[in-house]
Amino acid sequence: MRSSTFGIIPGLSNTINQDISLEIFRRMCRVRYFEKGLIEAVKNGAITYPIYLSSGQESIAAAMSLVIPEFMIFAQHRCHATYLSFGGDTGRLKDELFGLPGGTSGGRAGSNCIQCHENNITMYGHHGLIGENVPLAVGAALGSGKPAVSFFGDGATEEDYVFAAMGFAVSQKLPVLFVCEDNNLSILTKVDVRRSWSMTNVAQALGMPAVDITDDPWTIYRKVQEFKKNLPAFMNIYTCRENWHMGTGTDGKPEWDRFSLVKDECNKRGLAKEICQIEKETQDQMKELWD
Amino acid sequence: MGLKTVAETIKEVTRNHLTKNHGLLLGESITAVGWVNNTVPDCPGIVELPMTDVAGAGIAVGAALVGRRPIFVIRFQDFLILNGSPLIFYAAKTKELHDKSAPVFVRAIGADGLGPVHSGILHSIFMHFPGFRICSPMTPGEYEEIWENFLANDDPMIVSEHRASYGNTQELNDRIVDNADITLYAISSVRFELHKAAETLEAEGIKCNLVHLLWLKPFVVTERLTEPLLQSKKGVVIDPGYEIAGASQSLAYELNQATGCKVKALGLYDRSKCLCPPLQNKAPDAARIYETVKMLLNE
Ligand SMILES: Cc1ncc(C[n+]2csc(CCOP(=O)(O)OP(=O)(O)O)c2C)c(N)n1
Ligand SMILES: [Mg+2]
Repeated sequence: MRSSTFGIIPGLSNTINQDISLEIFRRMCRVRYFEKGLIEAVKNGAITYPIYLSSGQESIAAAMSLVIPEFMIFAQHRCHATYLSFGGDTGRLKDELFGLPGGTSGGRAGSNCIQCHENNITMYGHHGLIGENVPLAVGAALGSGKPAVSFFGDGATEEDYVFAAMGFAVSQKLPVLFVCEDNNLSILTKVDVRRSWSMTNVAQALGMPAVDITDDPWTIYRKVQEFKKNLPAFMNIYTCRENWHMGTGTDGKPEWDRFSLVKDECNKRGLAKEICQIEKETQDQMKELWD
Repeated sequence: MGLKTVAETIKEVTRNHLTKNHGLLLGESITAVGWVNNTVPDCPGIVELPMTDVAGAGIAVGAALVGRRPIFVIRFQDFLILNGSPLIFYAAKTKELHDKSAPVFVRAIGADGLGPVHSGILHSIFMHFPGFRICSPMTPGEYEEIWENFLANDDPMIVSEHRASYGNTQELNDRIVDNADITLYAISSVRFELHKAAETLEAEGIKCNLVHLLWLKPFVVTERLTEPLLQSKKGVVIDPGYEIAGASQSLAYELNQATGCKVKALGLYDRSKCLCPPLQNKAPDAARIYETVKMLLNE
């Protein structure tokens, strides 16, 4: 099941417009290199409290944000990628991480609670209870009639209130996209130790379209285009986090590195030069930001 | 005037909110089983939630985040334990953390004599957490007041209602007498016992000031609260919830700190409420209030 190729729709990187591919990569770079700066800041002792890194999982928000930029966003603790990909400001995120007044919540909320209510982005801050954002997204869609996306982890899917809220979204036909960023881990406990069932099957049984796919951004892009027309829907996306659950440490190489795989794919499609340039530009911007 | 019941007031306030104010009303089985003691109007804007007591509160808070000022009905206050998480950890924190409010009006209904998990009064637990306004209206006028307060602010509000109040048409006013021996402060349903308790005490020559407490949080210690106590020197705060770490103890402490006077707390005994008498552990009644006052005056 879980693999770097599971459910990939072949040839999409060829059929989807090159500008889209490059923009996906740009957004992935933004997260990867923002977090590289952050990791340095932690290592230097400039940031001393818990941070939750998105590195390794960047492709999900990068692809999604291009299809559903107008959706209200309800993310979980691992939310830097969501914020940055949907267009959040790097300076404000940095300020938030440093607890400064210019931060996304005036420096009060921190790494796992990023919000954004500017530049046409509506992202509600998380507070730290996994899956709490799922009923909130459903209630916000109910209350406003506007579409919402809720990002959560494979651990959060097990919270009773998550599928209760998903069931309600089906009953009320609410425009909510439920996205599980399935890195196979709840802190350090793997999915198969925790449960014998699949959330995708549960979602289908509740009566919504649901799919298991890997974090290939082109496949995500296409699936979101499809699902967007048929909400509520659920996507379980296999992905790998690079770093520890919390903080900057690593436990060896992740199962796969989507960042390199996307680069390889772009290179194959003759985009080597553009990719190189985007990566370099982003590195420079982030260097400037963190210096 | 003066003939509207608390239930009718709630219904009217709700109807206005739903039909004129783009409001929402959410809860479980709110359009069945007597429409929540006849407090729910039959009009658009009502959302029947499935029996999902954690997600349900989260959904209500989500609707609050997008500006619907939902009324969220909890048919028995004990269910607040399950529903509490999104209220305490999200609604009550979002303003401080994110400068984004989630004003949800929680109608938490109290009752008595209905067994271990349907007779609870849980407002005290919520007093413990920052971010809520908490009140316990028992009269039509008070209900209108707290509703206006909800609309004028953007905090989540825990409204500790009680079934005993729904048929009430009368306002409950403080009664301050000259040379009182004791000041009785009462919360929620025990307010309806005050006069009876005072009558028994007064038959023995013990004069009582009676003070009604509507607001539990913020609890502002005004002269209305301190003056009678400074004069009587002794007081009791009576609450239908548990005494230990409860509203009665907390507010007794506040009053004691503000005045230096001795103030006792009177609430439930530290044991479960059973369904059958005599183990129901009911809210303090006139007899218990009488005993407590006698004890305090003899100390
Ligand atoms: C309600 C609740 N239970 C437990 C926790 C402790 N906790 C924090 S993060 C985490 C793991 C969550 O795993 P997942 O949802 O898969 O997200 P990931 O960290 O893998 O991105 C847990 C169990 C919590 N924060 N909230
Ligand atoms: Mg996980």
